[in-house]
Amino acid sequence: MSKKNFRPDVDAPEWRGGHSPYDILKEGTIALVVVSLLTVLLSVVFGSPDDPAITIKSWSNAAPVDFATTALSELNGTSTTASYGAPYNHTPDASQALGPLTLEKWVGVRIPIDAANDFVVNPLRTLPYQTALHQGLANWSSASTSTRTKWVANYTKASAGMKFNGGQVVVNATNAGPVPVMINDLTKMARNGALDQALLTGNSFYSTDYTQSLLFISDGGYLGQLAAKDHLLGEQWGVMNETGSYPGSAWLWLYTFFYQISPYNSSGNGDILVLATMILLTAGLTLMPFLPGLRSIPRKTRVYRLIWREHYRNRE
Amino acid sequence: MSTSEIDRQWTTRLRRRALEKLPPEKTLPDSQPSYVSSWIYVFGVTTISALIVVIATGCVLALRGPTWWHGSSIGHFVNSLHLWSVEIFFFAMVIHLWGKYFMAAWRGGRAMTWITGMVLFLVSIVTALTGYVSQSNFDSQWISTQAKDAINASGGGAYFNLLNFGQMLMWHIVLLPLVLVFLVAVHVVLVRIKGVVPPFEEDAGQQSAGASHE
Amino acid sequence: MGPLLYAALLPLNHPGHFLHWHFIEISVANTIVIGLMLLTFVAALVLPFPGRRRRKENQ
Repeated sequence: MSKKNFRPDVDAPEWRGGHSPYDILKEGTIALVVVSLLTVLLSVVFGSPDDPAITIKSWSNAAPVDFATTALSELNGTSTTASYGAPYNHTPDASQALGPLTLEKWVGVRIPIDAANDFVVNPLRTLPYQTALHQGLANWSSASTSTRTKWVANYTKASAGMKFNGGQVVVNATNAGPVPVMINDLTKMARNGALDQALLTGNSFYSTDYTQSLLFISDGGYLGQLAAKDHLLGEQWGVMNETGSYPGSAWLWLYTFFYQISPYNSSGNGDILVLATMILLTAGLTLMPFLPGLRSIPRKTRVYRLIWREHYRNRE
Repeated sequence: MSTSEIDRQWTTRLRRRALEKLPPEKTLPDSQPSYVSSWIYVFGVTTISALIVVIATGCVLALRGPTWWHGSSIGHFVNSLHLWSVEIFFFAMVIHLWGKYFMAAWRGGRAMTWITGMVLFLVSIVTALTGYVSQSNFDSQWISTQAKDAINASGGGAYFNLLNFGQMLMWHIVLLPLVLVFLVAVHVVLVRIKGVVPPFEEDAGQQSAGASHE
Repeated sequence: MGPLLYAALLPLNHPGHFLHWHFIEISVANTIVIGLMLLTFVAALVLPFPGRRRRKENQ
């Protein structure tokens, strides 16, 4: 190949200079020992965070009104989960889109969640017999969709003044059918821990799938309040933060950066836009060897002069 | 069996090809080109060392199951080791990446080495994410419920469900470590086959492009 | 295995401190980590690598 065709950012000259002894196994062993000691040192000094998981029980005891309001939002279809769209349910226009690409929608409903039934009605059905609840659930089942909608709407209207007194959810609703007893009993069920269990083992004895419990908890305001204290919210650059004062995923700085700026932070398609941007940038970095201009930066910035300074000194 | 029959064997051909591409003195070299003289060269091996500590401490955590560390002070200490070795792992890997960028280490037919390195970085990030959501604590609850939206928006949430603890734990301790270790092996073998990238040739008269295309 | 058998010397479980600069918000812990990375990178470039004696041996 002629000199003319030599591309300095693609080709490398063949090394015809000297070699020096270099014991890579010794280097590796030293590195392993140093890293191990440093790991032990950091662990002894700083430990690691372990803020206990919250439960539906702890949530509904700490913030019963927030819980009851969330339960109502599952019933009236306004919760995040109930109106999420794919992969949980069919909600028109809920899916994020990347221009004409509605990836979420194309994949479809793969983890079906019927918020009203899965989070409210079915768990209540697992409770031991109580006359009022039993009658209420029977009325709910036999009522038409329009009647249910009317009951829930009447309760929702009155729920702005919701209070929690003496272990009861108090809402002055009229013509709300069985909704008051359903919300009240679900709150009681949550506060004694039965709802945690019902959501987890509704379908089988063993379970390692917390999808329903986590979706329900994240529909409430309580989880976010706790997260905000630790600066974990998206708008707090929370993606790279950790509970307490521990360092977090600093490597996600760019990912969380995009959530802070327009148009990402105001778009209904924010998540997919950020993801697409990151995929594009990452692909660029991965394919750096083939990108004219960008691949010349190392040669032009001449940082390499520092790395190989001994080599260049010997040349001069 | 005739010699030609032996020559045609898959095993023979694989062995010869392997030895030709990667003779023992390249696999375990006793010297390096004299330009290899900078602290920046230690961050690749530091990253691998940290990965070894990450995997070893992860194996100790696996001994007693995923929730052991919440109730045991020894378990919590092992969790701390796991966390800090991960921090060191990413720390060293990013510096390694910066260093290799400024050396333009993809030159001379080394593009695949760069690409496997970048893929390793990405797989590491996904592995860390599955680790965060497998902690079974508040952190996991928050991270899984937040990060699910991005995965769902891409259509991937249906198959990679961050809220499914069992699925995430399996990815974290079986599937992704296998991918990582395999890719590290490929990455290191590529480095050994091609050798360490030579410095930029500043004196145009000395340019020798003998090994520029491989 | 009592809970006191292992306790970190300086646990970082207290609420974190954060730096704000326009819309940038970053925890002190992450700032330290990123700062150390940059520092380590520069140090790796600048500090002399020990024990390397060149040996010219043309092959």
